[in-house]
Amino acid sequence: MSTQTNVATQLGTVGFEQTIGEVGRARRPRRGSIGVRRPSPRKAVTRTLLNIAALIVFVCSIFPVYWMINLSLTPNPEIISRTPSFFPTHLTIGNYLTAWNREAAPGQTDFQHALLTSLTVTGGVLVVTLLFAFLASVAVARFHFRGRRGFIVSVLIVQMIPGEAMMFTIYGMVDDWQLMNTLLGLGIVYTATVIPFTIWTLRGFVAGVPADLEEAAMIDGCTKSQAFWKVTFPLLAPGLVSTGIFAFIQSWNEFTMALLLMKGYNLTLPTWLNAFQSSSVGGSVDWGAVMAGSTMIAIPVMIFFLIVQGRMTGGLVSGAVKG
Amino acid sequence: MTATALTSRERSRRRREARGGWALLSPSVIILGVMVGYPAVLMVIQSFTDYTVKNKVQGTAPNFVGFENYVDLFTKSDFVDVLVRSLTLMVVLTALILFLGVIVAVLMTRLGRAWRVLVSIGLLLAWAMPPLTATVVWGWIFDTQYGLVNWALNALTGSSDWTNHSWLLEPLSFYFVLTIIIVWQGVPFVAFTTYAGLGQVPGEVLEAASLDGATGWSRFRLVVFPYLRSILTVVLVLQIIWNLRIFTQVYALQSRGGIAAQTNVLGTYLFRQGVGEFGATAAIGVVMVVLLLILSWGYVRTTLKEEEL
Repeated sequence: MSTQTNVATQLGTVGFEQTIGEVGRARRPRRGSIGVRRPSPRKAVTRTLLNIAALIVFVCSIFPVYWMINLSLTPNPEIISRTPSFFPTHLTIGNYLTAWNREAAPGQTDFQHALLTSLTVTGGVLVVTLLFAFLASVAVARFHFRGRRGFIVSVLIVQMIPGEAMMFTIYGMVDDWQLMNTLLGLGIVYTATVIPFTIWTLRGFVAGVPADLEEAAMIDGCTKSQAFWKVTFPLLAPGLVSTGIFAFIQSWNEFTMALLLMKGYNLTLPTWLNAFQSSSVGGSVDWGAVMAGSTMIAIPVMIFFLIVQGRMTGGLVSGAVKG
Repeated sequence: MTATALTSRERSRRRREARGGWALLSPSVIILGVMVGYPAVLMVIQSFTDYTVKNKVQGTAPNFVGFENYVDLFTKSDFVDVLVRSLTLMVVLTALILFLGVIVAVLMTRLGRAWRVLVSIGLLLAWAMPPLTATVVWGWIFDTQYGLVNWALNALTGSSDWTNHSWLLEPLSFYFVLTIIIVWQGVPFVAFTTYAGLGQVPGEVLEAASLDGATGWSRFRLVVFPYLRSILTVVLVLQIIWNLRIFTQVYALQSRGGIAAQTNVLGTYLFRQGVGEFGATAAIGVVMVVLLLILSWGYVRTTLKEEEL
């Protein structure tokens, strides 16, 4: 639940329209509209300098990712070498096989079981969170009742309360419920962590679908619930997908509470990776396999990030840029 | 007669709507109440007691000790050091991330399409890296024996001064590595958000400013910046909160060779108290929650205002 694990938590509402691509497109006319530019030497120099700066930003951003993949494809003797190899010249998938198949010490977990644990917890959290948050967001966006505003304000405040500050109190509660070191216990903790953001985001999506559409359907003879399920719900699908992905990423990456609540055989992927790399202190750690494991953990998140990209930032600013 | 009938029908409709609304909210209200509200209250209560794991095992009631836990926290422990360290780190991280993020965003507006896509992909991947994975990779880049950085510094200086140089042993250099990791992951968010905000600045306004002779920096400061102000405020508050809550990166770097006692931030400090002194740890938690609520108050208020709630 550290800074960036929570990167998706507090972004606020997500606007449909503000994907990065569209913002980029919207900007284009402006560049052209300033006037026809004749290519002058000075302009060419500026352009080159800007492109160099862009290249630097690109290389700096991507290098660690490249390095991880590079190492994961490099045989171990070359990793443990005083001279780094910048390309996987002796390409191998051995590290992946090792990370995937390596058997754990008794009572500990291996990659496959950690993957299963992570998928189970994440999947459960995803389904429950989406369901609960969907109901709540419909209530907040479509119903008028006393306490509605109070609920929204509390969701916003709860988002800001650091769950990890209450870690030992929650530890005590989970322990009292006999849920220590169980997937159910961890799942409940995660659901509570993810749900405020999910409600907040989905609320934006539901509110973004005009209620008039439903009214029109009702005039055409639908009942209120038919109108909702046949008209509004399909329009919400993209919102459900992207909020679902946020919930997934958050529980997939969560580290603190997993570290506190899960032991031995029940570690999730990040805690497995931590145990895997800290056994290194003796120097016997298989770094190629650690990098392969890291890559396998990172890849699903990267794919999902690429899917939802623009929505993430658009969301935060949708409120702020209205004016 | 008709009027009263209508009102009563209207009233019952409202009542039905309220009941429906709360029915839909109830699952979320229950889980948030049980998992956030209840522990928050419990933590505040526990922070005024000497509740320990012994009470828990034996089922005995703890004693009420007033503000003793808080007094001890601020006078008898190194909590104040950790707090100061966390706040300093937060200021440095936030300043760097915001500064670099805005620069990258402005850069992106001045690039051609292909270059902009390239930069976006790079930023997106950096952002998408799970924090633990990122720390593992960066930890390896700064590794004492086989790290790329030591190799590169040796190659650059033409010496072997950097062979086996430990980056994590000294607290300052530990924070240097930590700062690189967090800034690297933090910049994309600010860059994308600011870039989206820059897209909102109307072209005509900029054009008018150019015609009036505003150039470069003054155009940015006087014309663009006011449009960005509200976005940057929100980003600033979020960065303050996120950078104060860092845990994963610090913890993972510590297990790579940092000295925990000298490098703890709020989150890891609390975690390393361990299970046992529930009263004392609750006091730490309360201080953290209060601190973050104060710092995020601006965000909550701005959001409520912007969303017209």
